[in-house]
Amino acid sequence: MVVDLSVRLGRLTLANPIMPASGTFGPELAQAFDLDRLGALVTKSITPEFREGNALPRVAETENGLLNSIGIPGKGLDHFIEHGMPEWRRFAAPLVVSLSAPTVAEFARAAARLARTPGIAAIEANISCPNLEEDGRAFAMLPKTAAAAVAALRRASSLPLWVKLSPNTGDIAAVARACEAAGAEVLVVANTILGLAIDIETGRPKLGAGMGGFSGPAFKPIALRLVWQCAQAVRIPIIGVGGIMNAADAVESLMAGASAVQVGTASFIHPVAMPQVLEGLEEFCQRKGITRIGDLVGVALPRQVTGMAAE
Amino acid sequence: MDLGSAGFAVADRTCAVVESAAVGRRYHRLEVAAPDLAARTRPGQFYHLLCRDAAGNGPFLRRPMSVWRIGAEGRLGFLLHVKGLGTSALARLRAGDQLSLVGPLGQGFTLRPGWRRILILARGVGLATLAPLTEAAAARGIAVQAVLSARAPEDLMAAEFAGGSGAIIDAVYDTDGTSEPPAVEALLRRRFATARPDAVFTCGSNRLFQLLQRLAAEYDIPGEVALEQQMGCGLGMCFCCVRPIRLADGSVAQQRVCTEGPVFDLQQALAW
Repeated sequence: MVVDLSVRLGRLTLANPIMPASGTFGPELAQAFDLDRLGALVTKSITPEFREGNALPRVAETENGLLNSIGIPGKGLDHFIEHGMPEWRRFAAPLVVSLSAPTVAEFARAAARLARTPGIAAIEANISCPNLEEDGRAFAMLPKTAAAAVAALRRASSLPLWVKLSPNTGDIAAVARACEAAGAEVLVVANTILGLAIDIETGRPKLGAGMGGFSGPAFKPIALRLVWQCAQAVRIPIIGVGGIMNAADAVESLMAGASAVQVGTASFIHPVAMPQVLEGLEEFCQRKGITRIGDLVGVALPRQVTGMAAE
Repeated sequence: MDLGSAGFAVADRTCAVVESAAVGRRYHRLEVAAPDLAARTRPGQFYHLLCRDAAGNGPFLRRPMSVWRIGAEGRLGFLLHVKGLGTSALARLRAGDQLSLVGPLGQGFTLRPGWRRILILARGVGLATLAPLTEAAAARGIAVQAVLSARAPEDLMAAEFAGGSGAIIDAVYDTDGTSEPPAVEALLRRRFATARPDAVFTCGSNRLFQLLQRLAAEYDIPGEVALEQQMGCGLGMCFCCVRPIRLADGSVAQQRVCTEGPVFDLQQALAW
């Protein structure tokens, strides 16, 4: 039985629903498998400016997850367009550029430049980064600041606009609705959740930067809950991300209302995790007699939902 | 079981443990059967090991481990300093158990044609990283002079280092003060004077690295150092294993130990 794995995400149709999570991926992974097997490629967050990155240590493991505070090191947007893009153009899978910026105006300027750069299928706005105009609080914390960034990005570029939400807000549904109203075409749910680990021998945080973003299997129930809430709040498609280590985790995310999934931390444990998730997903569909992967989307949602998952 | 596809430079697979044994008081050697990987692993490269014992207990992340033996019998060997969760789990593996490894990874050591002799300076388990270089040098007819530093004679592992390479070894110890940098400096100057090496290599100690960097610059001898760093992905994607490195143009940049390293030019690496 052939399973139709293709997924429609706004204006884009992907060959399958598996793609990497920003920050856990790079062209280096092509040393381990053919990256064109993925539904899409997602870059590390690109910032307008050069960033050195945070103090070491930048990662700390827990029993069943990972804290990181890398600090988005990078050589800036100009360098990415000149040197990063030629490397990405070697691959045929659609390229999604994750974009981060410290102000609304800089988000807009950078998006306008990406729109003029050939070879980009979509922008994923990482609005979980600190907003320098709001005392360093992330854009994604509040509906108002999230919407301001999304609206500016929408005006600045005609590229498909994905928006990556943060779990560190008290009202994810309200932020999701505000982003949809401001022009987001796809929501990526969600970024890492803020956490902390302390070295009890030294009495200091284990990460050089103090707090960090928590990811991995222990985060999965929270990520699933966020997908489930957003799927009931908006009509635009959702990409589920957080704690997806295998095909069963991916199925759960689809059933919670995600149309596609991103795999991040799992690639650190097994570089070939993504093609394995893809193969497992296909096997699951065959076993269940499901001919279209889309038929799984949102099956766990309450029945009165009128989002796209229920259509 | 190979999780990846054949033909890719980096393998993600499980291999059978063929030998697992304690070495001295603190060390452990672990050898797996991996003929095709052994055939394409170069001295100085590393593998990212999933440190889970047979019951599956161990830390969440992999641990980078330099290759200690690249065996003619198709084996890959690792020499571990057993000190934390990961290395303890690895030391509990027995022959027949499975080890998940990702690799080979990183940049190895350089051996240039025409070199006649090299000098190796290693501290503690750092000698494991340099052991395959010794074997490779011997195979090319390059003489190896080694200075091995250890806490005490029972920790030295000279046999584990030299294998069948015929390397000439000077041993220095903390217990008799011969491992103090001024004493090691005097020893190195004697060796440089009698048989000047074409290149020098080091791993395992910041103090010895700084000493060798200074002397190699003074004598104008090229060299390399293998660095260690905590890693996330091991493949160059997460940028958590960076160290400051002086580039050819004199500027200092954060380089990934997993990708641009773990072997760096001796003069370009910075003290840690």
